Amino acid sequence: MWFLCVFYHRLLDFRKPEVEALAELFGEEIAENESLQWRLPEHHHNDTPFHFVQLSSEEIARNIAKRSILVKGMYELWGEGTCYEELKESILSYPDSRKLQFLTSDSTFRISVETFGKALTFEEQKDRIQSLTYIPFEGRVNLKNPDHNFFLMEMIESEENNGLQPILQRRIFFGREVGFADRKLLPTFQLKSRTYLGPTAMDAEMAFLMANQAKATSGKLVYDPFVGTGSILVSAAQFGAMTMGADIDIRVVRDGRGPDCNVWSNFKQYGLPMPVALLRMDNNLPPWRSGLKEIFDAIICDPPYGVRAGGRKSGGRKILRGTVDPYTVPDDKRTDHIPSTGAYSLVECVHDLLHLAARMLVMKGRLVFFFPVLRDETGGEVKFPEHPCFKLVAVSEQILSSRYSRVLLTMVKVEPYSEEIKEAARLMHLEFRENHLKWLEDGNIHSSVFKPIDSSQIHTDPKAFKDPKPKYRGKYV
Amino acid sequence: MRLIVHNMLSCNIRGVANKFPLRIEPKKIIVKEVDFNPDFLKHMIAKIDWKALVDGARSMGYTELPDHAPDTTTLESDESFLRKFHHSLLELHLEEGSLVCSETGRKFPVNKGIPNMLLHEDEV
Repeated sequence: MWFLCVFYHRLLDFRKPEVEALAELFGEEIAENESLQWRLPEHHHNDTPFHFVQLSSEEIARNIAKRSILVKGMYELWGEGTCYEELKESILSYPDSRKLQFLTSDSTFRISVETFGKALTFEEQKDRIQSLTYIPFEGRVNLKNPDHNFFLMEMIESEENNGLQPILQRRIFFGREVGFADRKLLPTFQLKSRTYLGPTAMDAEMAFLMANQAKATSGKLVYDPFVGTGSILVSAAQFGAMTMGADIDIRVVRDGRGPDCNVWSNFKQYGLPMPVALLRMDNNLPPWRSGLKEIFDAIICDPPYGVRAGGRKSGGRKILRGTVDPYTVPDDKRTDHIPSTGAYSLVECVHDLLHLAARMLVMKGRLVFFFPVLRDETGGEVKFPEHPCFKLVAVSEQILSSRYSRVLLTMVKVEPYSEEIKEAARLMHLEFRENHLKWLEDGNIHSSVFKPIDSSQIHTDPKAFKDPKPKYRGKYV
Repeated sequence: MRLIVHNMLSCNIRGVANKFPLRIEPKKIIVKEVDFNPDFLKHMIAKIDWKALVDGARSMGYTELPDHAPDTTTLESDESFLRKFHHSLLELHLEEGSLVCSETGRKFPVNKGIPNMLLHEDEV
């Protein structure tokens, strides 16, 4: 069955992957290398908020809309057209077998008018509703809590955007609402009212999107190896998952900012079950027992990019460079000794994350994480991290500044962890240790982001100045 | 720290052979109620090292667990077992204490319920 899916007009790259992940979660049968079928309305560009999607049941559509962050509503389309005459023809030709059951005399209904790109007065809205008299509504009107909710959506051609074509043309849709979003979710969880925050706390909207990409749900165990203030785990817990987190910085994880301002209080604030465990450990030298594997259903995280917050691993700066030998801590100082840590490059960090996920995720489990990329003017191909156990199923870009963006990668575990993979990871781990300095320099996003603009590139003649940045449509939203 | 995570941890000091399980030396134990979720428990039972769980529970003062995990086929109907499993896995909480490596005697402290598994510079 085809449904009209209306999205909120933001985070454009994230919209369809979220629906795909939720469709799978709610039981839509999707073949191995296939995805959902999507269709665009006539003359609409891919960035439009209106898309048609094929789902096998109304129940799945309803569940997706309820849990989704970016879907405003799902509708069964009864008719469409560029003008009201076309709309009437379209609705009349829609089979009665699909319409009559929702128009019965013992039911209640409401018709809402929504406009995109313009405002209508109350009179104008009433006129449009009146024009639908050819639809045999037999029930009573109930504006508060109707059995069936009908929507008349009217849009005008959108404006030109940076010299690019408009994303939608004048069109009218009429449909029966099948599912709608939970509008209370984001206001409740927004960061500005959260008890314990840190500089890299994930904002609520994005945290829920990540939890949806990971298909977090009741009975599943979700792990965040860079837990920090727990912002990602809070969203997973809200969707019913059991959560677990680790961090190398003990102050963030254990102490927080006081007895009422720590990771536990974030969960308490929303009445959510506490994480099953919080640990202090180094992802580079994890303490997992050998033989432990396939224990997490999903790993959701935001690894340190090295731009505003850098990663750390065991070792200490001079020890890692080989300038000094590891020192032995005297026995009387052992209990309170805080081990020194050294820089953990993004490359090694992601390598360790993929290895952890390959081992600890169940088969078909999902790894969802952010990966920073430099915004290259030349538009060259960006290489994302790869691993033989994983298949990349979604890539969504969020622009952070003119210099760089971050991409949310969703990977599914398709191959089991083997001795070969374990050995390859061990060798890579040694390689990182032997050549510590070389790997620190490679892929250093921080220096590229904060590099001062070369003043020779600034032209004095305004007419000759050409904006070198490629034009982006909606990725800024 | 709950037994579910104790069951996953080992001593990763370089050169140590007998790394798992870590012995629990409790100083303060709390019992925190957790919602009973049989799906989650059935999912976990295959992944748990049973002997380590039983020994861990004993050192925390809980001796009700059977020495061997029952057959997965009988699990569906055996609610009393699931309740004991649930209690030992998720409700026993080590608030203060240490996890001790049986080979080296190295103590990994547990403070405010959070184990500190970071190695010192000479153990790496």
